[in-house]
Parts: sequence; structure tokens; C-alpha cells
Amino acid sequence: MSAPKDAGEYWRRNLRILALLLSIWFVVSYGCGILFVDALNRVRLPGTGFKLGFWFAQQGSIYAFVVLVFVYAAWMNRLDREFSVDED
Amino acid sequence: MSIQTWTFVLVGTTFALYVSLAFLAKARSTKDFYVAGGHVSPLANGMATAADWMSAASFLSMAGLISAKGYDGSVYLMGWTGGYVLLALLLAPYLRKFGKFTVPDFVGDRYDSQAARITAVFCAIFVSFTYVAGQMRGVGIVFSRFLEVDVTTGVMIGMAIVFFYAVLGGMKGITYTQVAQYCVLIFAYMVPAIFLSLLITGHAIPQLGLGASEIGSATPLLDRLDGLHAELGFDAYTERAKSVLDVFCITAALMVGTAGLPHVIVRFYTVPKVRDARRSVGWALVFIAILYTTAPAVAVFARTNLLNTVAGQRYAEMPEWFANWETTGLIAFDDKNADGVIQYVGPHATDATGARVESELTIDPDIMVLANPEIAQLPNWVIALVAAGGLAAALSTAAGLLLVVSSAISHDLLKRALRQGISERAELLAARISAAVAVLVAGWLGVHPPGFVGQVVAFAFGLAASSFFPVIILGIFSKRTNRQGAISGMLTGILFTAAYICWFRFLHPELDNAEHWLFGISPEGIGTIGMVINFAVAILVSRFTPAPPAHVQELIENIRVPQARTPR
Repeated sequence: MSAPKDAGEYWRRNLRILALLLSIWFVVSYGCGILFVDALNRVRLPGTGFKLGFWFAQQGSIYAFVVLVFVYAAWMNRLDREFSVDED
Repeated sequence: MSIQTWTFVLVGTTFALYVSLAFLAKARSTKDFYVAGGHVSPLANGMATAADWMSAASFLSMAGLISAKGYDGSVYLMGWTGGYVLLALLLAPYLRKFGKFTVPDFVGDRYDSQAARITAVFCAIFVSFTYVAGQMRGVGIVFSRFLEVDVTTGVMIGMAIVFFYAVLGGMKGITYTQVAQYCVLIFAYMVPAIFLSLLITGHAIPQLGLGASEIGSATPLLDRLDGLHAELGFDAYTERAKSVLDVFCITAALMVGTAGLPHVIVRFYTVPKVRDARRSVGWALVFIAILYTTAPAVAVFARTNLLNTVAGQRYAEMPEWFANWETTGLIAFDDKNADGVIQYVGPHATDATGARVESELTIDPDIMVLANPEIAQLPNWVIALVAAGGLAAALSTAAGLLLVVSSAISHDLLKRALRQGISERAELLAARISAAVAVLVAGWLGVHPPGFVGQVVAFAFGLAASSFFPVIILGIFSKRTNRQGAISGMLTGILFTAAYICWFRFLHPELDNAEHWLFGISPEGIGTIGMVINFAVAILVSRFTPAPPAHVQELIENIRVPQARTPR
């Protein structure tokens, strides 16, 4: 049996996961969809008629959001089990 | 069958479905009434959240707004979906662990303060009623256009239905009807979108059609639309017209406002476990994303169709839908040069001599989704389906909001503040009575809509962003934030945001332009600054005042983990 892990460590790991996922959240929406949209609009999304910046703003960021939330749920549920704080 | 017969059949069938579901899910306890007993499955809760969240504005107005604004409309798409990432990562799991019934519950307990609780109650009620007014306008539009009854009768019918399942069933009744309403509204949104996509691009999936070319052409649809816009003197559809900072701030205010809206937050009290709350936000976002990634496609199809059918055509040759919408006053044609041709042009339009050309057509963007199937000459049943979908969207959101109002009064104000010894039976009765009163007030707002619904909705988001969101986040993530910090933060955040919006929208509407705005940030985006101020004040004030008491520190430790560690 591994050494007991404390609540402080659980919380720090949680914050690290949040920081990583929220950075991706920021980059796909505010970064690609707003701040760098003009630069990205010079490129096309391969195989389609979308300007890349426009695609991020009206399609891509939303797909990324969905993936982020499911990744978070799976990751946290694993963390809960690792620290034996899950609800079963 | 005519459009009207189809509408009667489809609206009648869906209404009958909602009423029978209400009979099956009657609330028996306050826990049933506020949080559906706390055992809704994550998938069902996701669907119900999607219907709860997607209002008449999402269903009827959003594609039209995007269609009118092009790239600048992205703020709604990113803002109203990105907020769910914040909700999933920063709020839902912790509030589920906290495990009470309402948002003021959390604010009051975490900051150990009745003043904070009551401030939260009033914010919740204000935000909810401004929203309900918008829903009722949606119900009114659909009824008056498609069923040819007057708006008052339409609102009465809608209210009767909501009354039935909200007062009887509470959250339990609302949850199951919202699941049904989601199915109706998403079907109603997708069918015309798929039809249009097939007609214009040959792709069955609208999200792919948006990036494709028109049938028989090699130019991408979006480039063709940019070309049409250039010809007619509009700004390019795919390019930004607002300032970067303004787009940034509006998106942030909508995202944070979304995560702070009480009727969305309470939905995550209804699932059994913390891990269900996490996954449930994911499902909600999937169901929302289906509509939100389709909306920009609908916007482009509608815009292309509109420009092709209307711009530069003879007024006398306009199809029937044009006259139908003219009678509602939502389309207006004013033949300024009396040539019988509709000049529908943008702000940069000039004629051969370089003189400015004035546009002769005004279109309320609210009608694009409703008029779209008619413009594209889709079958009558599709047009009727859109009407039924719009009603589902409006009624599901209205019910969720009314429940927030009723629980704020019966639970937060009565049970937790004024009469703490009240029995469960009496509280349930109070909840039903306040739900009934809330329905009547909402009905009144629907019949006499305040003329400023649009502005007030911006207000609701700004308020949620600058009040609830920072206080809840700090309540979970900063143990040091205390009562003094939270209350002074909320007050400065709200007052700043409210003052800025009132100044430009109600006191000095003539100054409401980028030149006079603070750093060029429009009133829609100012909630972001209000939120930053709230955070700064709360953190600063907390630092100079005593730390929260031990039992509050314990509460925070407790909500941060799904369950105290079990020995294995």
C-alpha cells in the first residue's frame, strides 16, 4: 500500500490540471479567435473554404470547449481514485 | 396542409406532451421541488441544462444577429459556450459537493452573512425577471405570426402551460419537460438547417456546408458572401469591424456571465454525485454545441438567400413571405427614390457618380430564423416545426428562471432568513405560491414588454459577471476571502457595471459610441471590467480584515474534495 497522500497535494494537482486546461481554453478562443484572428485569416483550413481565424471563432473554439470539459471530467475522476476521495 | 394547420397540429402535440410529463413528475418534497430529489442522470441533466440555457434568444435571434454582424457575431458563439468550460472546471463540482439548493445558499453560508445572502437573492430575482421578459417576447412573436392569435392570448396559453408544470412539478417537473423540449427544439433547428445546406451546398451537415462552395461553383460560399457584401457596400462578412479589445471584453463578459447565471448553476445541484456534475456539464455543452455550431451556418445561408432574393429586386415581385412579415412591422420597405426596386445596401454603398446610396429596407434580425424556411421555400411542415421549436426554447428557459425566483423567495428569503422555523410542508406551499406569482408577473411582462428588453439582457450578463462569478470563485479558491471582502467586492462590481450601462443606455444614449466609451469598451463588454474590479476589491479588503472563522475554513476544505478519504 502506498503512503497516504494528503488533501494539500490533491488540491495542488487539481490546480495544475485547471491551469493547463484553462490555458488551452484561452488560446483557442481569445488567442486564435480574437487576438490573432487577422493573422490566421491569411491561412485556409485545409480542404475547406474557411479562413482559419474565422473558423476558430465560429466553429473550432466550440469543438475545443467540448473536448476540454470531457478531458477534465476523466482526468479529475482518475485523480479522485488515486487519492481515494471518489464517492464509491 | 397549410402552414397554419401544421402549426396547430405540431404546437398542440408538443404542448400535450409537456402537460402529460408534468402529471408524471409531481414534486412531493421541497427537495423534489428545488433540485428534483437530487437524482437526475448526468445525460438527462445535460439535456435539460441545454434546453434551460438555450432561450428564445438562442433559437430565434442568434443566427439572425450573426447573419447581420458576420465575424463580430462570434462573441455570442464563443461567449455562450466558453462559459461552460468555466462552469465545469471552476464551479459545478464544488457547488454540487456543497449540496444545498440555490446560489444564495452558497453565498450566505460561505461568507457567513445574511447581508450577502439577501444581496444574492435580489441579484438572482433581477437577473431572472429580465430574462423572462425576453422569453415572453419570443412566445408573443411566434404566436402572432404563425397562429394569428393576438399576442396577449398567445402569452396566456404559454403561461398556462408553464404554470401547470412549474407549480405542480417544481424542478422535477421542469427537468423532464426540458428533456422533451430539448428534443423538440434541436429537431426543429436542424431540419431546416440541413435542408438549406443541401439546397445551397449539397452537404447534409451544415457545419461542413458552411466551409464548402455553392453547388455548381468553385468559389467557397464564404468568399462569395464577402464578394456580395463588397458589391453592396457592407463590411466584409468574415472580417472584424469592432475593435479587438471590445470583442475581447464582450466575449469575456458573456462567458463569465453565463457561468454566473443562477438558473444554469442550480441545474448541477440535481445530479447525485460530484463526478456526475463534471460529466453533466460536458453533456450539456455537447447538446448546446450542436445548435451553436449550426447557427453560423444558418446565418450564412440566410444572408446569402436574403441578398439573392431581395437586394436589387422589384418590390412588386416579392414573394408572399415578404408581405406576411411586413404586416408584423419587422420588415419595412421605404422606396426613397420611388423606382420600385429594393435598394438593400450597406453603409459604404455609392452609385456610379460616387454619391452615397441609402438603404431602403430595414429588417429586424430577430425574424431571420423564422423567415428563413419561407425564404428558401421549404415545405410547410418545416416552417411549422420551427414555430414549435421556438416555443419549446422560450418555455423551457422561462420555467427554469421562474423556479429560481420561486426558490429565492421561499427558500432563501423565507426559510433561511425571515422564518427559520418554517415546516417542510409550509415551505413547499410557499414555493408553489411564489412560483404561481412569478408566472403571473412573467405573463404581465409578456403582454406589456418593456421596450428595453434588448438592453436589459446585456445588463443581466454584466450583472452576473460582475457580482456572482467573482464571489463564488473566491469562495472556493481563496480561503482568505472573508465577508467584508465579498460584500465590498460585489457592491463595487455591480455599482460600476450598472452605472456604466445606465449612463450610456438610459441617461445619454446619444453618447453611446466607441468615441465616448471607456477604452472603447461597449456597455455589453463592461461586465468584464466590473468583474476585475470585484476581484481586486475583494482580495484587497480581505487582506486588511480578519480571516474567515474556523467553521467557514472547514466548509471550504470540505467542498474541495468530492468525499473525505476512505480507508482501503
